[in-house]
Amino acid sequence: MDTAHKFVLMFEAIGLFVAVVGVILFIASRFSGRKGDRAVAALFLVPTVALIGVGLVYPGIKTMYQSFFNAAGDAFIGVDNYKTIFTDPDQITVLRNTIAWVVITPFVATAVGLLYAILVDKARGEALAKALIFLPMAISFVGASIIWKFVYAYRPDQGDIQQIGLLNQIVVWFGGTPQQWLIDSPMNTIFLIIVMIWIQAGFAMTVLSAAIKAIPDDIVEAARLDGVRAWGMFRYVTVPTIRPTLVVVLTTIGIGTLKVFDIVRTMTGGQFDTSVVANEFYSQSFRSNNQGLGAALATLLFVLVVPIVYYNVRQLRAGESR
Amino acid sequence: MTAGEAVVPVTTQPPIAVTKTAARRARKRLTSPWASLVAVVLAVVWTTPTFGLLITSFRPVKDIQTSGWWTFFQHPSVTLDNYKDALSSNGGSLGSFFVNSIVITIPAVIAPICLAALAAYVFAWVPFRGRNLLFVCVFALQIVPIQVTLIPLLSLYVKAGLAGTFWTIWLSHTMFGLPLAIFLLYNFMREIPRELIEAARMDGAGHVQIFFQVLLPLLTPALAAFAIFQFLWVWNDLLVALTFAGGTPDVAPLTVALANLSGTQGTAWQLLSAGAFISMVIPVAVFIALQRFFVRGLLAGGLKG
Repeated sequence: MDTAHKFVLMFEAIGLFVAVVGVILFIASRFSGRKGDRAVAALFLVPTVALIGVGLVYPGIKTMYQSFFNAAGDAFIGVDNYKTIFTDPDQITVLRNTIAWVVITPFVATAVGLLYAILVDKARGEALAKALIFLPMAISFVGASIIWKFVYAYRPDQGDIQQIGLLNQIVVWFGGTPQQWLIDSPMNTIFLIIVMIWIQAGFAMTVLSAAIKAIPDDIVEAARLDGVRAWGMFRYVTVPTIRPTLVVVLTTIGIGTLKVFDIVRTMTGGQFDTSVVANEFYSQSFRSNNQGLGAALATLLFVLVVPIVYYNVRQLRAGESR
Repeated sequence: MTAGEAVVPVTTQPPIAVTKTAARRARKRLTSPWASLVAVVLAVVWTTPTFGLLITSFRPVKDIQTSGWWTFFQHPSVTLDNYKDALSSNGGSLGSFFVNSIVITIPAVIAPICLAALAAYVFAWVPFRGRNLLFVCVFALQIVPIQVTLIPLLSLYVKAGLAGTFWTIWLSHTMFGLPLAIFLLYNFMREIPRELIEAARMDGAGHVQIFFQVLLPLLTPALAAFAIFQFLWVWNDLLVALTFAGGTPDVAPLTVALANLSGTQGTAWQLLSAGAFISMVIPVAVFIALQRFFVRGLLAGGLKG
């Protein structure tokens, strides 16, 4: 397909879409007054409900159903796929890695974001300083993975071969031997997690910075008059005041981390014991053609997200009623 | 897609009762040399990896393979060959993937915004029975991980004869984007004063007129906020594209091409570095230009994971 043809397809699609919306608006404009409310509501909601039904509800239910079937998807096998997830040694490694990701990423990213937000708050050049940390959010996970894969690049330690990866060069400068960071398990998972922290710290910093700026100045001033120093200020004023925001940031990053796929796939392809649930879902479904296990992994992902969201919503409720 | 970050309890506006002296005193206390040092170290650590790859993308192949990018400053030699190679069809052929990314992204941003604006309007301002229940359902669907939907959706596309076309990706991103879009736009629409809508209805305006003449002009920041989210999400997506488009230069976007390049030619840093920056140019430009809206959207409770 040449470029011109692709753009023709694109404009056709946009044209078709505009036509559909136009028809909806035209019909809706025929109705007026309070009586037309239901007709207009139905018209405006039809495309959304249809798309969400076909794209989210039906496939979601179907996948949960499929998770009780075998690899080919034609024989019911009960909870065997789930048994595999929790007993097979490879799958247990996947679970162990996923736990490491979900525990480490949110806390470290939030800590870095919070620290940085406090440090640059009201400092000169705050906007630029924030932009530097924030920018990784605009980059794709694939791009970020390539950036970090280069940092971790390894050259054998022999003759006059020079390192091209920054991390190994730093090791060499300090007199160490270069390491294969992405191959040696279990530390390689940590090196992958660093990429996610690098991306998410900017999100944490932005949201927390806004929360810190919203702390009323009289509280800060009152604490200061009482002789509260920098650490006490952080411990007894900043953190308690922005606690609801902290919870939201932690859980949001946690959910995002649970579904991380791109980083693992781009950096190691899930080899060397680095796979996580979201990546294993892809490998099982599309590489090993084990539909049942893939569906079970996807369902597990869904099940794991629910308690985090539940906790999040409960915290918000508690915050509102206080 | 995530939910639950329902109402992020922060505001972008500083409290009005700021006494200047307090602020000035606070500044004095906080900008100790140690604090500045830590901040600078963090900023350097965060920026260096990208900077290193950027330098690398302009170095000749031979230099890249034999020495680290930090030696560039002693022996600077600059070339654009890596970018030419990455774009040309006998190198990375990223040129055609770049076109695909554009062709994929534009409709996949327009469609969910328009549909969500209609739906959010109904949820916010048109009363009917069962409205709240339906809204809660749409809201809750934000938490469904897209992994759960991929395989049944793929077989639907195959049955409909859409497999391997742009339609699969356009439709998928529209479906996955709708719950968040509706939620964000709903939050903004509820903030519009009821009197404004009521007055328009008194004057005999229908829903379509109210939507276009009263609401749409006020919603521009919200639309921009979601447009950036969706744009970054679609442009940077790997999973959806990989599942539905495969790896062919006919439909696959840049992310898929780069991921494949990284897997098969793990050491071709001249292609990978240039390719990475080719894929970043547009999102970073959009991001910097519209950062204001992005932050506002973030604080209003939208982030997809």
